[in-house]
Amino acid sequence: MAEDVLEAERSTAALRGLRAAASDWAQDKQAFAVPWGKAMMWIFLLSDTFVFTCFLTSYMNVRISTTETWPNASEVFALTVGGTHVPLLLIAIMTMILITSSGTMAMAVNYGYRRDRKRTAALMFATAAFGLSFVGMQAFEWTKLIVEEGVRPWGNPMGAAQFGSSFFMITGFHGLHVSAGVIYLTVVALRVLRGFYDRKGTYETVEIAGLYWHFVDLVWVFIFALFYLW
Amino acid sequence: MAFVAIADRDHEHALHDPQSFIRKYIWSQDHKVIAVQYAIVAIAIGLVALTMSVLMRLQLGFPDTFAFIAPENYYQFITMHGMIMVIYLLTALFLGGFGNYLIPLMCGSRDMVFPYMNMLSFWVYLLAVLVLVAGMFVPGGPTGAGWTLYPPQAILPGTPGASWGIICMLASLAIFIVAFTMGGLNYVTTVLQARCRGMTLMRMPLSVWGIFTASILGLLAFPALFVSAVMMMLDSLVGTSFFMPAVASMGEPSRYSGGSPLLFQHLFWFFGHPEVYIVALPAFGIVSDLLSTHARRNIFGYRMMVWAILAIGCLSFVVWAHHMYISGMNPYFGFFFATTTLIIAVPTAIKVYNWVLTIWRGDVHLTVPMLFAIGFIFTFVNGGLTGLFLGNVTVDVPLSGTYFVVAHFHMVMGVSPILVVFGAIYHWYPKMTGRMLDETLGKIHFWATFIGTYAIYLPMHYLGILGVPRRYYAYSNSIEFIPPSVHEVNQWITISALFVAAVQMVFLFNLVWSLRHGKPSGDNPWRATTLEWQTPDTPPKHGNWGKDLPVVYRWAYDYSVPSAPQDFIPQNVPPDDRTPAGREHGVKS
Repeated sequence: MAEDVLEAERSTAALRGLRAAASDWAQDKQAFAVPWGKAMMWIFLLSDTFVFTCFLTSYMNVRISTTETWPNASEVFALTVGGTHVPLLLIAIMTMILITSSGTMAMAVNYGYRRDRKRTAALMFATAAFGLSFVGMQAFEWTKLIVEEGVRPWGNPMGAAQFGSSFFMITGFHGLHVSAGVIYLTVVALRVLRGFYDRKGTYETVEIAGLYWHFVDLVWVFIFALFYLW
Repeated sequence: MAFVAIADRDHEHALHDPQSFIRKYIWSQDHKVIAVQYAIVAIAIGLVALTMSVLMRLQLGFPDTFAFIAPENYYQFITMHGMIMVIYLLTALFLGGFGNYLIPLMCGSRDMVFPYMNMLSFWVYLLAVLVLVAGMFVPGGPTGAGWTLYPPQAILPGTPGASWGIICMLASLAIFIVAFTMGGLNYVTTVLQARCRGMTLMRMPLSVWGIFTASILGLLAFPALFVSAVMMMLDSLVGTSFFMPAVASMGEPSRYSGGSPLLFQHLFWFFGHPEVYIVALPAFGIVSDLLSTHARRNIFGYRMMVWAILAIGCLSFVVWAHHMYISGMNPYFGFFFATTTLIIAVPTAIKVYNWVLTIWRGDVHLTVPMLFAIGFIFTFVNGGLTGLFLGNVTVDVPLSGTYFVVAHFHMVMGVSPILVVFGAIYHWYPKMTGRMLDETLGKIHFWATFIGTYAIYLPMHYLGILGVPRRYYAYSNSIEFIPPSVHEVNQWITISALFVAAVQMVFLFNLVWSLRHGKPSGDNPWRATTLEWQTPDTPPKHGNWGKDLPVVYRWAYDYSVPSAPQDFIPQNVPPDDRTPAGREHGVKS
């Protein structure tokens, strides 16, 4: 009996705590103590996450539904360098580059908050250059696949047609994101260099661009894991 | 350095009214102008869809009479009618129209957080509509695949518009999603980050809550449609086989193999079911405000109303496969989706009870907006109850694909939101223009629409239970299970539909006529509490609030407060001896 009462009290206390937490959060004039642009970028990235999730889920679904065998990704994406056959070599380099670019981006944000105009811009240009080289290698990879291996979106000699379809669609869509990011970073970096954000009094745009860039990198990790390693 | 909310920072650039006509009305960044632009385009394309429904009804009511309606035209009408009504009319009007107009005004903001992007959102939406319309004039005409666009038939020869029409449709959808994303990001960020002082989340009018939650749903659900549109375009144009199994088409093996048509259905309904609530949640929110204002009573159970909106929003993402019971799935999945579907009835029922309890013993003014709001409760309960039938697998299987489904979704997400749209237009037109809509015409419009609705859709339930299949061009007399009464009912429905469609012209006339000749409304004709009625100018000027932003002291529902000098206390009235503090969240002191 007494235990029941205690239990009931405990659960109402938990409920009250939850209500108080919700109410505290709702009381603030702004739900998140961040600039508008940053809040909007976070929400956009959430939406974009759903786009990539749908792409990757669809890829997994057609991989299961297709009636033919799925090509062995580590063989398809192997390179022969100096007579040695190295699986996934190019893609490993590309992944390394993209992850490194996240590092330079993070440093750019750091220098941005220190109001170090030149270093911020330099690091952002470096990030954009890494991004550009990623897209360049992707172009090389596509060319090799199309010209040498005969992979087409509608079919390939190694097995299921959906392999090429999913590959071109997903990496293409991601590549578009990287390309857009390169343009975005270059524009922001040029503005940094011209002192636009010094006059504005805040470097938050650098951080917002950084959010986008980290997101594009993160998505790549999933594409890498699910498409190349599986 | 302490963080200062952006809305509180001094405005570096003073807000000045754009002067030239073009800056003010065409390339405008003012959320109110953008709202009206959205509304005009949405209603214009909606009239096209209305015309198509009239043509469909003519064919069904009087088959063999109209030579110009060929079977393929009929399917094209079905497809375009459905797609336009759901996406280009209702979604665009509720979020792009009412969302744009109401969010900044009700939250006490000067504008959306990114007005330029907001403007782009409209123009990209217009582009989507133009591509859609272009699809009606390409070789082969628009797609006739049904609004769900199911593959494989959507892109195989034999379906009308399988080559050009479907591409225009998919492209238009993708463009629409881009437009919506730009708008939706603005709506969500504005609600979260740009409210005026004192406007806590739990003081926001329910209209804002509904539109806000619907915008979040849109941002998370439209990606699935976007992805499926991209994949189907690739299937059709490039020859990939995402959705296409190995099928024979016109007696020849097609170039496709190994794809999954069911994948498209999952993607489509992962978007499609939240879409129902993208349309319904703003309606829920707006109708709550209409009922409370015109019944002069605080909304019953405000806190529960908010949580119900959020709960419905979350649940709407885990029910999608109830549209696919007859597509084939593991029985346990059916069990899961039936259960989640029926759980949605709980928060929805809470809302309906609260609406009824709000007007219960209220000082109900049967104004035109109130009539539409009450009409909504009827049609919504009606459509919701048939939803319980269709949510259960065993009941759904025989009813699926019949007119019962048509009746259900037209009641619950066609008529009900449209009634709210009408009510909302009658309610907010005075704020937008400074003039009232004509009341007599409004009442004619309401009664004809409301009764006409039942005349159209109640008999459809009967047709559905008889087993009359939907999407048929004509029902021959020789089909055994279709008795002669079906033909008579179809004629009755057609005549009712023609009548209801004609009555909408009264509404359009009212909209235009009252612009010049309506009674001047003053700032607050409904004596409402919410902020949009407290603006210094009517219609509000660019920047909404003059020099100083309003400060909010109470919730949005202080109606008939005992001891207050009048039967409403606006949200920006501070408490003093005669106006007590707000009775927030229904807590009585």
